[in-house]
Amino acid sequence: MIRIEDLRFRYGEGDFQLRIPELAVESGTTTAFIGPSGSGKTTLLNLIAGIIRPEKGRVETRGVEVSGLSDEERRRFRITTVGLVFQEFELLEYLTVLDNILLPYRIHSALTLDSSVRERARSLAERVGISDKLDRHPRRLSQGERQRVAVCRAVLTDPPLLLTDEPTGNLDPVNRERVLDILFDYVEDSGTTLVSVTHDHEILTRFGRVMDFRDFHAFGEAGSGAAGGAS
Amino acid sequence: MRDTLYLALRYLAFHRVKTAILVAAITLIVFLPVGLRVIVNQSSQQLTARAEATPLVIGAKGSPTELTLNTLYFSSDVPARTTHAAAAEVTETGLAHAIPMYVRFRVRDRPIVGTTLEYFEFRGLRIVEGRQLAILGEAVLGSRAAKRLGVGPGDYVISSPESVFDIAGVYPLRMPVVGVLEFSDSADDDAVFVDVKTAWVIEGLGHGHQDLSRPEAAAGVLRREGNVVVGNASVMQFNEITPDNIDSFHFHGELSDFPLTAVIAVPPDQRSSALLQGRYQSAGLSQIVNPTEVMDELLDTILTVEKFVIAGAVTVGLATLATTFLVFALSLRLRSRERETLFKIGGSRTAVATVMTSEIVVVLAAGVLLALCLTFLTQRYGDVIIRALIR
Repeated sequence: MIRIEDLRFRYGEGDFQLRIPELAVESGTTTAFIGPSGSGKTTLLNLIAGIIRPEKGRVETRGVEVSGLSDEERRRFRITTVGLVFQEFELLEYLTVLDNILLPYRIHSALTLDSSVRERARSLAERVGISDKLDRHPRRLSQGERQRVAVCRAVLTDPPLLLTDEPTGNLDPVNRERVLDILFDYVEDSGTTLVSVTHDHEILTRFGRVMDFRDFHAFGEAGSGAAGGAS
Repeated sequence: MRDTLYLALRYLAFHRVKTAILVAAITLIVFLPVGLRVIVNQSSQQLTARAEATPLVIGAKGSPTELTLNTLYFSSDVPARTTHAAAAEVTETGLAHAIPMYVRFRVRDRPIVGTTLEYFEFRGLRIVEGRQLAILGEAVLGSRAAKRLGVGPGDYVISSPESVFDIAGVYPLRMPVVGVLEFSDSADDDAVFVDVKTAWVIEGLGHGHQDLSRPEAAAGVLRREGNVVVGNASVMQFNEITPDNIDSFHFHGELSDFPLTAVIAVPPDQRSSALLQGRYQSAGLSQIVNPTEVMDELLDTILTVEKFVIAGAVTVGLATLATTFLVFALSLRLRSRERETLFKIGGSRTAVATVMTSEIVVVLAAGVLLALCLTFLTQRYGDVIIRALIR
């Protein structure tokens, strides 16, 4: 599903450099990236999604070498293949909950918004318990509700790869469990690959595999993947 | 395109106050110079057309503009009075027909125009309802005046006192409306026409009261000195001229001394016009004006003022436009995170740019559209505005 070879990335002329000799994530698995702030977890997520390009090396997702795609091709790749959930939710304040969920269908011609998509959005909202808030704007929602909207937006396109950055970072324990239930239920039902960056050690047991960026070694499914490294 | 436009509209609707301010700014930028141009064009056409249809105006010496505006548009600024003798003088020259005009009083905000039947013929005004003036005390209304006052043939209008505090002033006269004129799209539509003698009755120069020679009026007699009968305050003055009391109406003084605000002189040809103007060139108490020349001078002043106003409007407009674009630029900068989110999710560069551009285009389009609507309204109702300004 995801294959990384000899990856190197640096932000400008800064000291930080991400180096990953080899990494593989299989389809349909759930993987957590953990490690201290600044160790490169989110950067790796962005590289996998094609938001940024590596200085060197290959990032291949579902047989596509993302790092070799043009800017516009990578956008098309993301909108059709990747579902993204951000730590700060990144909902648009001027759109209602329903419009926020439908957003991917309005910003790229690769996706067509029709009645079936709307129906699916409503169905997802119902599944995560926000169907009565579809006409509200994000500022009138609780943190947990906003995160659920973000999850709905990420999975609406039925992406084979779901990347989440601190999906429970801003949530209380009850909402944390609720969002995780939603994510893992969805992954289980759809067979989607889930890669998640987290600081929350309490949720690690729910992932099939955990990669620690601190000691550059993957743990969990021993020997199932190569180590990542950050320096 | 539909989706990106939808997002743009959602953004503008959510920030409705900011959007409204921007649209209003664009509207003003476009409308101010265009609307002003329309008003000036219309007023220039209106002023010129009516002036060209009025050959010469004779009045007492004073402001030619005031004389012309009062005679052509029945403006409330009453020029210095001339006398009925001025009309007789014009007729005596044999160089023009004289139409007396006495425009001083009002029925509410509508001018009472005291004139003769020749005026209606001169302006080509036709009765569409009722009949023409026949006896003293009757009134014929312009179409708009009839509509605004809510009266028609069979109803009455009452002249308004000039000042409620002037207890020695003229009493209001109740006048039956006998006819309504056809719409002429001119100042005549707003006027209440009466015979010039009726205007003098309103002035108090003519009046009707109980016949003091009759026995039943004895209580009103203060004293009798030969043929002169002096009445006391109990003598009833009529405030309406009816067939029953019309014979009691009479005028005190010489008719030639009775006031007029102007005399419209209608010469049969250019030669007569030139000769008549020549007669008034010498020093005297009267002046003769050519309304076209007066209006041209007025228009020159208006056009000069317009240039200054447009220059000011354009300067303010440019400053507003610059501020508007600054607001857009700052808004785009403040929304960099939103743009980043859209890019991260996979939004195409074209779609994201289209959303942002659509917002600007929608605001500009709404502003221009609103300005066009205002311009249309100005064009449609410009004459009403101009008349209100002149009045």
